[in-house]
Amino acid sequence: MSETTSTTATTAQARGSFRTPTGGRVDRTSPVTFTFAGVEHTGYRGDTLASALLADGVHQIGTSIKLGRPRGVGAAWAEDPSSLVQVEEPFPDPMLLASTVEVFDGLVADGVPGQGRLADIADSARYDSRHLHVDLLVVGAGPAGLQAALTAARSGARVALLDEQSEAGGSLLGSDELLDGRPALEWVADAVAELAAAPEVVHLQRTTVFGVYDDGFALAVERRTDHLGGAAPEGTSRQRVWRVRARRTVVAAGAHERPVVFTDNDRPGTMLAGSARTYLHRYGVLAGSRAVVFTTNDSAYRAAVDLADAGVHVAAVVDTRDVAPAHWAVELERRGVPLRTAQAVVGTRGVERVSAALVAPYDRAGLAAGARSSAGVEPEAIECDLLLVSGGWNPAVHLHSQARGKLAFDAGLGAFLPAERLEDLLVAGSAAGTFDLSSCLRQGGASAATALSELGLDVTAVPVPSAAEQPPSSSSSAPDLVWVVPDPSGDSSRQFVDVQRDATVADVQRALGAGLRSPEHVKRYTTIGTAHDQGKTSGVVTSGIIAELLGAAPDAVGTTTFRPPYTPVAFATLAGRDRGQLFDPVRTTSVHDWHVQAGAVWEDVGQWKRPRYYPLAGEDMETAVLRECAAARTGVGILDGSTLGKIDVQGPDAGVLLDRLYTNLMSSLAVGKVRYGVMCGADGMVIDDGTVLRVAEDRFLVMTTTGGAAKILEWMEEWHQTEWPELRVHLASVTEQWAAFPVVGPRSRDVIGAVFGAGGSEDGVDVSNEAFGFMTWQDTTLDGVPVRLARISFSGELAWEVHVDSRYALAVWERLIAAGAPYAITPYGTETMHVLRAEKGYPIIGQDTDGTVTPQDLGMAWVVSKKKPDFVGKRSFARAENQREDRKHLVGLLPVDRETLLPEGSQIIEHREDGVLPSVSETGPVPMLGHVTSSYRSAYLERPFALALVKGGRARVGELLHVPVKGRLVAVEVTSPVLVDPEGARRDG
Amino acid sequence: MQMIKCPWCGPREEVEYHYGGQAHVAYPAEPAALSDEEWAHYLFFRDNTRGLFAERWVHTAGCRRWFNAVRDTVTYRFHATYRPDEPRPVTA
Ligand SMILES: [Zn+2]
Repeated sequence: MSETTSTTATTAQARGSFRTPTGGRVDRTSPVTFTFAGVEHTGYRGDTLASALLADGVHQIGTSIKLGRPRGVGAAWAEDPSSLVQVEEPFPDPMLLASTVEVFDGLVADGVPGQGRLADIADSARYDSRHLHVDLLVVGAGPAGLQAALTAARSGARVALLDEQSEAGGSLLGSDELLDGRPALEWVADAVAELAAAPEVVHLQRTTVFGVYDDGFALAVERRTDHLGGAAPEGTSRQRVWRVRARRTVVAAGAHERPVVFTDNDRPGTMLAGSARTYLHRYGVLAGSRAVVFTTNDSAYRAAVDLADAGVHVAAVVDTRDVAPAHWAVELERRGVPLRTAQAVVGTRGVERVSAALVAPYDRAGLAAGARSSAGVEPEAIECDLLLVSGGWNPAVHLHSQARGKLAFDAGLGAFLPAERLEDLLVAGSAAGTFDLSSCLRQGGASAATALSELGLDVTAVPVPSAAEQPPSSSSSAPDLVWVVPDPSGDSSRQFVDVQRDATVADVQRALGAGLRSPEHVKRYTTIGTAHDQGKTSGVVTSGIIAELLGAAPDAVGTTTFRPPYTPVAFATLAGRDRGQLFDPVRTTSVHDWHVQAGAVWEDVGQWKRPRYYPLAGEDMETAVLRECAAARTGVGILDGSTLGKIDVQGPDAGVLLDRLYTNLMSSLAVGKVRYGVMCGADGMVIDDGTVLRVAEDRFLVMTTTGGAAKILEWMEEWHQTEWPELRVHLASVTEQWAAFPVVGPRSRDVIGAVFGAGGSEDGVDVSNEAFGFMTWQDTTLDGVPVRLARISFSGELAWEVHVDSRYALAVWERLIAAGAPYAITPYGTETMHVLRAEKGYPIIGQDTDGTVTPQDLGMAWVVSKKKPDFVGKRSFARAENQREDRKHLVGLLPVDRETLLPEGSQIIEHREDGVLPSVSETGPVPMLGHVTSSYRSAYLERPFALALVKGGRARVGELLHVPVKGRLVAVEVTSPVLVDPEGARRDG
Repeated sequence: MQMIKCPWCGPREEVEYHYGGQAHVAYPAEPAALSDEEWAHYLFFRDNTRGLFAERWVHTAGCRRWFNAVRDTVTYRFHATYRPDEPRPVTA
């Protein structure tokens, strides 16, 4: 920076003296005290942080992200690229805009250097969401939106009118327009009152429609209590997401004023012209005491005149055009405001605040020609503390564009406009490029009428209030299209395109120099348009600069893609109630409370909470699991297996369906018997396994893995519905209805006998091996409660599964525990279950398999029927790929040192004589033979063991291989996966 | 979020549905009679259509029933939904 002038006009003016004596929408009877940057300020209810600070003469808000340059208030709403603040109290909230945060007592905020700071405490506020279904969604409660909503309401339609500001009125809030000869805001108040009385209208303020999606779906965020601070009622959600489904949408979202880029255009005190008018009319605040207005179009004259009338010394209106609008020239002259045509602001002075605008003749040669505005001519410095800028207006086409509506460049307006009518979304008012008030009102009403009649609803037209006469078009001048005022010395490195990103014209030039052409690429190269404002003021300017530098039409350059959200939405808001315990449903079994009492350590299995192990005092997982395993192998253990998937399969063709889906034959299973089965995909890979109970001729109970329960039901439905709808069979999940408790170990017969045997139960079950064989089931009752017992073993031990209606499950569990006391019955968790099954070589589908494993790979060729002509997966077993000798097989691994617990997932390599892992740089990658899928310590084997998938593994049994563990090679012996009781002698007790 | 019309339940939000790939790919009547190549075509090969495409959907969070749809893969628009036993309707 070459300028050193530091005197600013604010020092001459006492704090607080920028508030007008009367006027504005703020409630002067409700003062609020807040703290900004450590200084206490007073504002009024209805103020934003920006308006209250401007009233106190504070323009600088923070500093910029890369260059640390002072940054101030650039606008009066969400298009503001520069007034980033961090709210500290009542709850830390980063990256908000001073121009949109409403003040309240106790608000504490600071400016941020481009980036805020996330809270390091939990957010205690509540967030929620609601659904809303309407005929017509109206976005924006300005003149066009209100007229649209009134039309729809009087027509009896269901209407949602959503507007992002604290009160309705839109552009009327920042103006002194008259409607039907009265202040326009009286018309607004009447409209709001009428809508409030209409039964089918939902009208919400402080509610931003931030995204529109397919089929009339829109998302809006309602800021319900942010503006109340500590006075927010308890129990009211802070913010709410509205999920609106609208048959038609009218977007009346208004327009954003566009800046002109010039050197040092980022100094605090530089502001969009229309925003200064808003600060005056809406907040009763003068944005400065001595203003220069720089414009390329007629609209800024209105700001100049209003500010002059309010007592601001307007030092000059600088217009790039050769001819000023006649009507406005007269108005300026009447107020003694100097008018400078064919001139431009080429730079500014000042440090923390603009102190002068540098004005020079405007050189039309433009950027591409390398123009130097007034080269050789010293620009004239006009002292000011407020520099208002207007480069025209950009209709807020965001929602139209999000809905994939085409845009076209309008050379007259110098802006992109909606170029097509979408089926369910219409655009009205200044969002459609219509800027005079009468036309906006008419268009709002007409859009609603069009939408409603398309829906087949009768339309009741609403008379359009009459606005003041516009100046005759003969007295206005066509706007100039100026994106950048070239720097007098040719230095574009302080010409800020995206003020928030510190991205300049020089950056755009560099991007083009690097060969980038599309604004999408330039955006990513320069970061323009990636800040909180998503390029609301910088996007179109960037397209314009690219076009100018390339000598192309802006239409050919186009814009970047408009994507939701329109303004930033906090993740907490989007998450709503789905946080913490409500993030995902938690499923618990009917014995859950007992497990809690028993001190279970939990494992999350999908949504289920399952006991992983039950530590006794002083036990860690390893000792607890060794104890639980020993109990199941030498005494008796009990597991809560209620989470196993259970599918009730009923119908005359139930057996046929199962035969087609399981690899083995199920229809031949006798009633009263149990069979283990495996299901494969059509590609022959295992997808699930489990036992099947034949309950009746036309009824089976299919047990699935815990994780596979929903998936397998869907899988069975898919084949039934889409391939074999002729099969007379019905499927229903009964997972939740049945609890299941495996009672496992040599003493399980004693426990089952004690509870359900002749001595224990009214219709006592004979639990002898002869009367109750392996893989059979029997029904019985206990105190009138039906119970099913099945001799199924997932551990190799003598075992029963006790199935009981979930409502009685806890009582039955407690009976089993009590009856087991003499045998020291030991509840065990999933970890012990895994160890016991692994010792027997039983794979867990999804842990020991990964979707590339066939039954044959698992050593289970026996479960694949040779007799059935076909079943899902059968044809694939004959594919060449599935016949390869070097497919990975499930094998056991025993670390030779009898000590190392191999980490699951470890890679397996050939045994190396030197016992050293070779370096990749010398020998290249070491061929990998497979990986460890399960690994545990075995109480029974008194050593660690593992299951693994190893290339050609079955042929390697007896060989030594190496497993790298933390850079060291661990020698392992390949074994059969069955390490305990390969003869199956234990299962009958 | 799109609305998808289940032939049984009517229009519901797309999150209630799961996609099921190309429609009208019947399980071969006699898989054993197919060559490895023919079988691989059934298993692994599907059309990659630009434009109208007949595909399967299932109303997972609703009636759990499968149905077919004709959808434009360029615009994502659904042009028709129909029951599995109905022929693909003529759509523009
Ligand atoms: Zn349905």
